Amino acid sequence: MNFKLKALTKSIWVFHVSAGSCNNCDIEILDCLTPRFDVERFGIQLVGSVRHADALLITGAMNKKSVPLMKKIYEQAPKPCVVVAVGQCALSQHMFKDSYNVEGPLDSILPVDVYIPGCPPRPEAIIDGIVKLVKKVRGEK
Amino acid sequence: MEIVKSIFNYLVFPGLIFSVFAGLMACWIDRKVSARLQWRVGPPWHQSITDIIKLLGKETIFPQGGKFTFLLAPFLGFLSASLVAAILGWSILNPDKSFSSDLIVVLYLLLVPAVAVILGASASRNPLASVGASREMKMVLAYELPFILAVIAMIIKSSGAIQLGKIINHQLFFGSNILSFSGLLAFLSIIFCIQAKLGLVPFDASEAEQEIMGGALIEYSGLGLALFKLTKAVMLYTMPLFVIILFMGRDLSPLFMILKFVGILVIFILIKNTNPRLRIDQAMRFFWRVPTLLSAVAVVLNLKEK
Ligand code: SF4
Repeated sequence: MNFKLKALTKSIWVFHVSAGSCNNCDIEILDCLTPRFDVERFGIQLVGSVRHADALLITGAMNKKSVPLMKKIYEQAPKPCVVVAVGQCALSQHMFKDSYNVEGPLDSILPVDVYIPGCPPRPEAIIDGIVKLVKKVRGEK
Repeated sequence: MEIVKSIFNYLVFPGLIFSVFAGLMACWIDRKVSARLQWRVGPPWHQSITDIIKLLGKETIFPQGGKFTFLLAPFLGFLSASLVAAILGWSILNPDKSFSSDLIVVLYLLLVPAVAVILGASASRNPLASVGASREMKMVLAYELPFILAVIAMIIKSSGAIQLGKIINHQLFFGSNILSFSGLLAFLSIIFCIQAKLGLVPFDASEAEQEIMGGALIEYSGLGLALFKLTKAVMLYTMPLFVIILFMGRDLSPLFMILKFVGILVIFILIKNTNPRLRIDQAMRFFWRVPTLLSAVAVVLNLKEK
């Protein structure tokens, strides 16, 4: 088990879910893969299919259309799978708090493991969040 | 005793375990060189191994559909790819002891991983996977003709020996095949074919991450995905080995072997990193024109020499 967890933290494949974001958080996530930040050094890869994912990066304000789909995506991911909330919208609804078409913050819908605040979070903040995630996963062993 | 030895040859060296390890290292070279070309640092050397261990520890989800075929397909591809690695490694170690017509066996077995991808994708009943499967099928039709023509050209050159050991021995006496004009043409064409066989970028339409989200592999997770990744890794080790046997079989000492292997691998990686993906129809048109023509010219030149 120990061994497996160690391998998991060294090779996190992320799947990126946009639940109604303004697209800025998504751009910052892609920034992490550019030569300047290069998260592939730590084995982190963006994958196209949720079946390959170890972590779901969820951005955006959880509108009514995307929440059922997001739940479905979470169920489709092979476990163990962690959920990372990226951006102020996913954390606390941000400026869409009293909007008629949002369902509530992400942690009221799915179990969230790591929160990365910011509007949008800087790539450094995202990497810091991942480091915290790795520490958390290893601490539980 | 012989049986134990052949089982050892298949399972450990130069077969399954060795080829998996070498293939994972080849994968790492691929990722590292790609990263350096893009001014990134790239993953550490054990990254591909870690990926596989992680995938083995994850849940395997079966989609509705043929469960048996769904899990059979990756095993099929992986076992046949490692069998090819065993046969090629064996004939490099003992060129005099290879069995007759092993080249034909190798050609058939090299096709099985592609068939496995088509089978697994169809069994998963995913619409995107079926798009991937149909593209893979077209790709096989496209690259198989020039690939086999190039191999035939080399068979004719080694005075009609359909045997890996004899092809190596022929080159030992008459110089590497690549040094002749017809050999060079066949080499060029086979490089393109192998790029497609390995599913590397200009010809990776069947697995396009950005448009059909992993295509044929979209429903695979855990064990199945790990096996497909291993198949890819083993193929990445076998195909350059196959090229070395066919075209550069003169000096097979370990040092030269590694140099040639890495050299050929880097050619694939450079092509991969400098070209955008071709649409499937463009890829087919390309294969049936340029490499087929090159291989056909090589065959004709060799026939004339004989
Ligand atoms: S947190 Fe800010 S940048 Fe991110 S989706 Fe919300 S509004 Fe856009």
